[in-house]
Amino acid sequence: MFNITLEKRPSDSKTMSYLSPLFAVILTLISGGLLFSALGQDPFHALYTFFIAPLTDVYGWTELGVKVAPLTLCAIGLMLCFKARIWNIGAEGQFILGGLGGGYIALELLDAEGLWVLPVVLFCGALSGLLWGALTALLKTRFGANEILTTIMLNYIALNWLLYGVHGPLKDPDGFNFPESALFSDFATLPALSDDYRLNISIFFALFAVAVVWALMSKTLLGFQIAVLGEDKAAARFAGFKEERLIWFVLLACGALAGLAGVSEVTGSVGQLNPYISPGYGYAAIIVVFLGRMHPVGIVFASMLLALTYMGGEMAQMDLALPKSLTGLFQGMLLFYLLACDLLISYRIVRKPAARAIGSSSNSAQA
Amino acid sequence: MNQIELNNITKRYPGCIANQAVELKVGVGEIHALLGENGAGKSTLMKIIYGVVKPDEGIMRWQGEEISVKGPAHARELGIGMVFQHFSLFETLTVAENIALSLPKAESASMDLLKKRIIEVSEHYGMKLDPNRYVHSLSIGEQQRVEIVRCLLQDVKLLILDEPTSVLTPQEVETLFKTLRLLSDEGCSILFISHKLDEVRALCDHATILKAGQVSGHCIPKETTTAELARLMVGDDTPLTEDYKKAKGAETFLSIVDLSHQSNDPFACTLKNISLEVKAGEILGIAGVAGNGQEELLNLISGEDTSAKETVFFAKKAVGNLTPEKRRILGLGFVPEERLGRGAVPDMSLQDNGLLTAYQGDLTKNGIINTSKVKAYAQNIIEKFNVKAAGIHAQAKSLSGGNLQKYIIGREILQNPKLLVCSHPTWGVDIGAAILIRHELIKLRDEGCAVLVVSEDIDELYSISDRICAICDGELSPAKPTQDVSINQLGMWMAGDFHAVNTDANSAPSNSTPTNHSPESEGAIK
Repeated sequence: MFNITLEKRPSDSKTMSYLSPLFAVILTLISGGLLFSALGQDPFHALYTFFIAPLTDVYGWTELGVKVAPLTLCAIGLMLCFKARIWNIGAEGQFILGGLGGGYIALELLDAEGLWVLPVVLFCGALSGLLWGALTALLKTRFGANEILTTIMLNYIALNWLLYGVHGPLKDPDGFNFPESALFSDFATLPALSDDYRLNISIFFALFAVAVVWALMSKTLLGFQIAVLGEDKAAARFAGFKEERLIWFVLLACGALAGLAGVSEVTGSVGQLNPYISPGYGYAAIIVVFLGRMHPVGIVFASMLLALTYMGGEMAQMDLALPKSLTGLFQGMLLFYLLACDLLISYRIVRKPAARAIGSSSNSAQA
Repeated sequence: MNQIELNNITKRYPGCIANQAVELKVGVGEIHALLGENGAGKSTLMKIIYGVVKPDEGIMRWQGEEISVKGPAHARELGIGMVFQHFSLFETLTVAENIALSLPKAESASMDLLKKRIIEVSEHYGMKLDPNRYVHSLSIGEQQRVEIVRCLLQDVKLLILDEPTSVLTPQEVETLFKTLRLLSDEGCSILFISHKLDEVRALCDHATILKAGQVSGHCIPKETTTAELARLMVGDDTPLTEDYKKAKGAETFLSIVDLSHQSNDPFACTLKNISLEVKAGEILGIAGVAGNGQEELLNLISGEDTSAKETVFFAKKAVGNLTPEKRRILGLGFVPEERLGRGAVPDMSLQDNGLLTAYQGDLTKNGIINTSKVKAYAQNIIEKFNVKAAGIHAQAKSLSGGNLQKYIIGREILQNPKLLVCSHPTWGVDIGAAILIRHELIKLRDEGCAVLVVSEDIDELYSISDRICAICDGELSPAKPTQDVSINQLGMWMAGDFHAVNTDANSAPSNSTPTNHSPESEGAIK
């Protein structure tokens, strides 16, 4: 006798906006379990392997940090854009360009010695990402080109630049014709936190960026203007905020942060240029921003979860002989369930008696 | 037998009761007024009759039989026609095409026949319409005719009009009333929703008054004074009359010199040779039917749109090419027509919405927001302007229209503007808030601020303006002291006849209380 329907809430539910990521994770785990059992695996053991086993030792945690750093850097930049409702999908391209630009300088400075080398390399990497972001800003503000389309296209262009570089001019002459550059010098390599692990100081770059962006958004007029622009363009114009400048700012900032992530990756855990410098961090960062509720702290936690999916995929490949593409599958499920659960922020599920005549329902109300 | 009868209609929305045990009877051929302030539940009741909204409780009888209207199409089948406040016409289609869209297929099959019928019907009711014209080329009054003719073509037995006169010039109102009287003589019932009491007294046989979702009284408007009607609408605790002295003003603050402007938007109004002056310490009112260039003119004053430098001046400084924030530094305050989605960000808190335009004062320093000062500022607005809200963290969209408007006006006034531009300051605002807002505008004027008010509410303009003019089709009439402009002359100005002379100087309102079109009106409520 009951129909389940959706009813609009009088105002958005704050509780639900925090619970929604939790629901999404639970639903992803359930679906993942079903998937594993369909593949003939014990679902509990498989989920353990995917989500818990990678973190059972210190090495696992440091590896998590290695992945959290680039994810957080990209995501915190994207958050700025998304706050302004600039749908920048281009962190991937900006990441790659950052790696490529910084890597190129590192290769030019192979023989240079001194503490100044690393900052120069990092700066050039961030600058490359920034310039890549500037292209999108120019196309958007000058020609009104949709940033979703231009950033996706620029991602492919960036990837092909990288491939051209490592197959061509940047290829290591002593590298047996592998599509890789030479290894960077020690002066152009990010210092590791400990000799035993790969975790390097880029994690501090990420945490520092989180703090800066958090302060920017909550304490400064610039952050306020970005938020107003995203919420309500007409109000931003009415208040006299400069739309074009704000668009330039968020795209440049995101480009620089993603570029820094890219150059930190190549000068950190990779140590050279190769075609695989990004396992899709720029795309995964989009999921991170939404899962982290567009909040800097949320983004740190969401980065950890997404980083775990990369490690889980590798673990499943090693221990269960399942393909590594499980990583993408779990990331996709997360986003899918998150978007579905977000419906409950503005709507609630109600059980209603099946439609009946008006007269009879008034009787029951009076009873 | 009654054409329609509502018994005990109740409709609840989450958090509020829109209609509670409402009773309404409309006889055959009767013109029945439904009176009430904004938010009293008039629109909900109309939507229930038209089948857009389902009531939670209650019975509706149509010609004596109990029915439940399944939707607008069903309502039209029964013979219920409705003219909404906001028209649902396609601007890029012709009159005939627009009407064909809403008719059953059989009736719209032959365009030629339909055009003939449109001409017949519209001429019979004195509302001439050319079926071949495109809707965007019609005036608002003519667009309303399209909506009404659309209903009349369908053998309508009950015509519902939602605040039909709010968009018309006084002369157009007269024409509409003639049509409605003719319709009623032919046996069509009319439900006339309004809050303009003089019009109700001039037109309607009976009135039902709604207050806070409940019926607060019935009356025969012709035998009731305007003041009594107003009492029924607003209750006993709100003061009704306001009487403001007219002021002369001092130095000119805002002047616009020979401003012509064509927007990129093909449907926007082109401004032609506009010149005006607003002095410090006076209120200039601009009357006019919506869509005649008000929005374009205001955008050019606020800086959201820019023009040649030497067309707009603030205290003799040319500002035509300056951006909004630079004009604000020079003393501009602006209250736009759209409260949510321009004047305030719907999803942001009152605190943030206070900062929205006040960011140039001491609320920020070197780009850093001083949160405690912003909080104090928002709190100050809420207290000084009597804003009813849950607190400074309440979202702007959670406030009623009147309270949000008080907040926005307060935000602008507390920045001590030298020029305050208000677009439709009390549109959709309850009477109590409207009185407070007008009072604040007068107070600001007396403190020496130049105030420019654009409104469609003529009574309001007569009440607060020191000088008055009208805008029509992008041209501005000459501005004259309010007491020298009769309602007739203003009506002519609004229709574009700027050379209309004051034929009857005695008919000008002698004091600030407008007499409007019914000469026997006793003390208006505005």
